[in-house]
Amino acid sequence: MATTRILEWLGRLYIWLLLAFLYLPIIIMALMSFNVSPFYQLPFEWTTEWYAWLRQNDQLISATWNSVKIAMITTIICTALGTAASLALYRYEFRGKKFLQALLFPPIAIPWLITGTAMLIFFFGVGIGRGLFAILLGHVALALPYVIVVVSARLQTFAPELEEAARSLGANQWQVTRRVTLPWIMPGVIAGGLFAFAVSFDQFVVSYFLSTPGQTTLPVEIYAAIRKGFTPEINAVSTIIIVVSMALMLLTARFFKFGGEK
Amino acid sequence: MAGQVATGSRSGLRSALPLLLPAYLWLTVAIFLPLSAMVFFSFMTELPLSGKAWFFTLENYATFFSQGLYLTLLLASLRLGLEVTLWCVVIGYPAAYVLAKVLKGRSREAIFLLVILPFWSNGLVRIFSWAMVLREGGILDTALNAVLPFKINIDLMYSYPAVIIGLVHSYVPYMVLTCYLTLQAIDDSLIEAGRSLGASRLQMLKRVIIPLSMPGLVAGAALIFVPVVGSFMEPRILGGRTGTFYGTVIEDQFVAVFNWPLGAALSFILLAVVLVILALASPVLKRAA
Repeated sequence: MATTRILEWLGRLYIWLLLAFLYLPIIIMALMSFNVSPFYQLPFEWTTEWYAWLRQNDQLISATWNSVKIAMITTIICTALGTAASLALYRYEFRGKKFLQALLFPPIAIPWLITGTAMLIFFFGVGIGRGLFAILLGHVALALPYVIVVVSARLQTFAPELEEAARSLGANQWQVTRRVTLPWIMPGVIAGGLFAFAVSFDQFVVSYFLSTPGQTTLPVEIYAAIRKGFTPEINAVSTIIIVVSMALMLLTARFFKFGGEK
Repeated sequence: MAGQVATGSRSGLRSALPLLLPAYLWLTVAIFLPLSAMVFFSFMTELPLSGKAWFFTLENYATFFSQGLYLTLLLASLRLGLEVTLWCVVIGYPAAYVLAKVLKGRSREAIFLLVILPFWSNGLVRIFSWAMVLREGGILDTALNAVLPFKINIDLMYSYPAVIIGLVHSYVPYMVLTCYLTLQAIDDSLIEAGRSLGASRLQMLKRVIIPLSMPGLVAGAALIFVPVVGSFMEPRILGGRTGTFYGTVIEDQFVAVFNWPLGAALSFILLAVVLVILALASPVLKRAA
């Protein structure tokens, strides 16, 4: 089967071409953050000057801290609320359950432009206004459905007899949850939490509409900088974020397989 | 999906409610009420908070239908969505096929992870990275001129193709992911059976593989088309002056022109379009689930 061999070989080549398409721009951007020329001129000369500049950019630093803080709080709230909701959807049968599960779909499927502008209007209308608190409200809502989906998927692999057994041995509801169910679904909970962190940390559109000049997140600050003009400083900070979010995702993959072989 | 298992007497809404309430209350306050408020505001002349007098009006929608500009831009955005989706199918489907049916074991897992990894990294930064590649005197330009014997100028930056390239780069992992999942579920013995009955490769592809992986294709297409139609950051950064689309006009209403009621109406029209598309896609998706 010579043709099969050739086709397989072409297939592999094709995958590597796709990976090149996906990664080359990012690698080039990262390299340029170490290049001396501020106008991205070649030949390439090594420097870490732009990273040193970042340290003096107070605006970027404070935006970075805002991003990290919001992402962390989002993670905590989403794992708590999301795990609770997943448990309820798993354990109990009631009317309207299908509807509640369907309600998780719109926040994921509706373009962020629409959700973001809608939040802006509503938060303004009820007096919450814009700023970090509004951004947090939005991020939790965007990340919550992901957490529920991921934790529910993990719950599918749980044997309900285990809960039954613990209960027949005299454990109360809280003990059953804490000692039996939670340990089992923990990989799902951790993966969900990491998802939530990633959704919040990388979120641009919704943060953009809800931020004010003093109260922004890192992506919003980067967008503003890009629109003023390209500088190697943006490359430097972008490189940092991309490394952080990819590391985070690799970590998530350790806990949760994305539909690969079970 | 969850809960084929109801543990007998321990069922019912009353026990579920305390666990469900916090999450759904949050979603209501931050997603569902805002979406309803947007519809409400889109029928107003002014925001009630500005202190000015306001009343209900259809004017914002009349603006959309009477000024050709908005409709033209919506069509341009739909076209953009269609083109990006098609490119994602063309590029992503073969990759998903190779991943699901050619590669095996650990190398498959590793490459699969590599393909979907960028998807979860910062979208804004990935769009920005193309600026380094596409601009005149950028990497693509320099590399091609180093190889080719004649001088050419590649200045794709701030053009329609640049927007397409950036968006395809952003969304193609979605197509690979959804197609991979359905392709992987196709039993290899089915393919062998077809082959042994004398079907050619092309026939197998047309009669068996593509029909069976259709749900993945449709899911991927919907997941790509919808956000692309609403994109505004990508055209702004890579399209420059040519990058005016429906999404950028909505952005303008909220951050530059401050005509929020018109912005709300435009957003709502986009939402309606999106919902129609999702509704059209849902029968195929339901069959898959």
